[in-house]
Amino acid sequence: MAVIASAASPAPPANPRGRRARGARSLGAGSTLSLGISVLWFSLLVLIPLVAVLVSAAGLGPAGFWKVLSSPQTAAAIRLTVEQSVLVTLLNVVMGTTLAWVLVRDRFFGKRALDVVIDVPFALPTIVAGLVLLSLYGPRSPLGINAVNTRYAVFLALAFVTLPFVVRTVQPVLETLERDVEEAAASLGAGRLTTFRRVILPSLVPAISAGAALSFARGISEYGSLVLLSGNLPGRTEVASVRVLTYIENGHKDQASAVAAVLLVVALLVIVVLDVVQRRLARRG
Amino acid sequence: MSINVSGVTKRFGDFVALDDVSVDLPTGQLTALLGPSGGGKSTLLRIIAGLESADSGTVTIEGTEATHLPPQKRNVGFVFQHYAAFKHMSVAKNVAFGLEIRHRSKEEVKKRVGDLLDLVHLSQFADRLPSQLSGGQRQRMALARALAVEPSVLLLDEPFGALDAKVRKELRDWLRRLHDEVHVTSVFVTHDQEEALEVADEIVVINDGRIEQIGAPDDLYDSPASDFVMTFLGPTTRLGGVLVRPHDIDVLTHTVPGAVAGRIERQLRVGFEVRLTVATEDAQQVEVTVTRATQRQLDLHEGVEVWLTPTTGVPRAEIAAV
Amino acid sequence: MAEATSTTAYARDPKPVRWGLRILVVGYVFLLVAWPTYLVFENALKPGVGKMLSGLGDPEVSHALALTVTITIWAVVINLAFGLTVSLLLVRYDFPGKRVLSALLDVPLSVSPVVVGLALVLVYNGQDGWFGPWLEKAGYQVIFSTPGIVMATVFVALPLVIREIVPVLEEIGDDQEQAARSLGANGYQTFWRITLPGIKWAVVYGVVLALARSLGEFGAVKIVSGNIVGQSQTATLSVEETYQNFQQQTAYAESALLALAAMVCLVIVAVIRPKEHKK
Repeated sequence: MAVIASAASPAPPANPRGRRARGARSLGAGSTLSLGISVLWFSLLVLIPLVAVLVSAAGLGPAGFWKVLSSPQTAAAIRLTVEQSVLVTLLNVVMGTTLAWVLVRDRFFGKRALDVVIDVPFALPTIVAGLVLLSLYGPRSPLGINAVNTRYAVFLALAFVTLPFVVRTVQPVLETLERDVEEAAASLGAGRLTTFRRVILPSLVPAISAGAALSFARGISEYGSLVLLSGNLPGRTEVASVRVLTYIENGHKDQASAVAAVLLVVALLVIVVLDVVQRRLARRG
Repeated sequence: MSINVSGVTKRFGDFVALDDVSVDLPTGQLTALLGPSGGGKSTLLRIIAGLESADSGTVTIEGTEATHLPPQKRNVGFVFQHYAAFKHMSVAKNVAFGLEIRHRSKEEVKKRVGDLLDLVHLSQFADRLPSQLSGGQRQRMALARALAVEPSVLLLDEPFGALDAKVRKELRDWLRRLHDEVHVTSVFVTHDQEEALEVADEIVVINDGRIEQIGAPDDLYDSPASDFVMTFLGPTTRLGGVLVRPHDIDVLTHTVPGAVAGRIERQLRVGFEVRLTVATEDAQQVEVTVTRATQRQLDLHEGVEVWLTPTTGVPRAEIAAV
Repeated sequence: MAEATSTTAYARDPKPVRWGLRILVVGYVFLLVAWPTYLVFENALKPGVGKMLSGLGDPEVSHALALTVTITIWAVVINLAFGLTVSLLLVRYDFPGKRVLSALLDVPLSVSPVVVGLALVLVYNGQDGWFGPWLEKAGYQVIFSTPGIVMATVFVALPLVIREIVPVLEEIGDDQEQAARSLGANGYQTFWRITLPGIKWAVVYGVVLALARSLGEFGAVKIVSGNIVGQSQTATLSVEETYQNFQQQTAYAESALLALAAMVCLVIVAVIRPKEHKK
């Protein structure tokens, strides 16, 4: 399986505690220095800047913070972003699970190609993804569909960039699902649909939710693929990340931080949710 | 006849798993399908269950033509080697599954699940998840789950194969007793001849996709129909031109007509028995098992010259000239 | 029996269901990904290869491409060094805060590129940043300059190498390393002769992923670079610029080139993955 996604997606490590090594040593002088440099670099690059976003947002005060988020244009952008991300996530839950099912359970000519093509949205630069969609759903569409500057464009772009998440989280679980469990259900009188609903689906729920969480997180933070496609019309097709950019361009870094802080907190929540799901899964064994 | 399999053939690519197999499995009995792995016994069981379809031939269950019925319409209970537990459901929910599919009333389901958990001694684990049970407990749960729907036949595919030796032995005895209690027609697949001999009413020996012999355990042991059955059901050794069991050889310290002369090369004491390796005049090595008492009485030890003759009236097979 | 269960009659869905699902998913992926992606290549090649290449030869465009290559090399090298070090520390050593560090390392993958850009600007811009003015006084401009772009790129691709190496390091354990040490190898020799060959494919895989991600970063780079044509404009930024300036042909040509690079990465990954599994 060619799976850029499984790695490129922000899925948490299967078992965070697994990073604790068997027979790990304590630090010596050389390794302490390496650790020090690594942590310093990580702090300067990632931790301090992210904290700066939160600090800058907090600088507005609760009232100022709320004022930014509730301003009509920003509120509309956040609403649109959440709305479209939810819709796309629902689509991914259905289509992603179906795709994973076909990839694992079926055999046909071209399946391998399908498997690779699913990773294309992850590998493509987001701006190129926008142009890619533009060529089929833009003004020069061979299908005669022009979604540019509409909400459908936002939906389309998000569906494109989030396509692999559910597929790549469900696929490995489906592969390890024991076939005899389904056979047991059948011998107990369950039809295929009942077996799917009562036996297979419950085993997939953690993986599907993990994929859905990733898909949602990616959806609300998407920027690049929307630039050429959605037109960024205020109040209509403008999403949250575009708002952040507009605030920055207008020199309002603090207001940009307010919206960015919301995006950041949602991203962190997703990480936490994933961790909880993974742990519950590990307990079921 | 509870299950009737007639002329069933099954291929997987070039591999012939079953070659024109016909067998009748009588009602109320516990039958073992015995044979080496890859011999086709599991395939036969899965064809009876409808989990596999035969290329040709027919399967009849309780008088109903079942060859083309999907598994869920056959009313068979199936127990898998690796338990096939529904991991997200509690033990009680696992057992209730088949009843809920059949839309039985809540009270009935509850009562029947309670009875079955009693039967398999898992009542105190009703609310646990399968992952919290031991292998043996999981397999008992699987058995209760299969019995819950009152199947016309119970099929068990290497049911003790994944368990360690001790649990295996316990469950084996327990299955025998359970069968005496419940009397459901049962077929189980095993590659362990001891398991088959100990538990089954009847044994079907399958090898290379064909049935070698069908019979009661004693019949099979005492009068094997072929070299294969004889070899598979217990240890054998060659004496002159025949295949005999090591404990079915008389050891004499004097010659008699027809006896084969030889010298004890090695002796190994294992508990109450003594295993002798005898090098015979015709340059064969014959394994002989005698009791400790015989060994003492005849003063057998390495280097002693002995004469060997098959005990009269025991199973033996002429070895075809190669 | 194993050879039997893989192709059982029951295991496969009935034919109509199978065909229905196949048509549904192939149609979906075709309309959403395959066809549009193909069209980009078609559009890029429509005027002919010569035109396409001359579009890419435009000084501003070629500067953007060269900058992207430079940035990508820097970002991959930094992430490789950091990734190797951190992976070894996480797997082979015990230290307080390890679990927290391990969790934090995954954060960059979930953060919006726009937030990444803003975060770096807040700390490193020359006017009112936390460290920016001080750095600028020392002669280092970060934001609106190459170091800022490199940092943004490193940020977004940071966990990719680590996520590939850590599981492999865990799996191979440290028996071989201990054996090497018992035979007299020092830490340096042990790493080059034992550890690195063991995680070779994971490293290659992580590098390819980081490469693909670095080549394509857009949002974060857009904010920190200032997007100055011929100076701090990268290839992805140039795609936006040229498309919006009605040089659509150039935009398609650049996109096709970037898409091609991404596909090559995909293919490399597709080739490596089974190799890794076989071990």
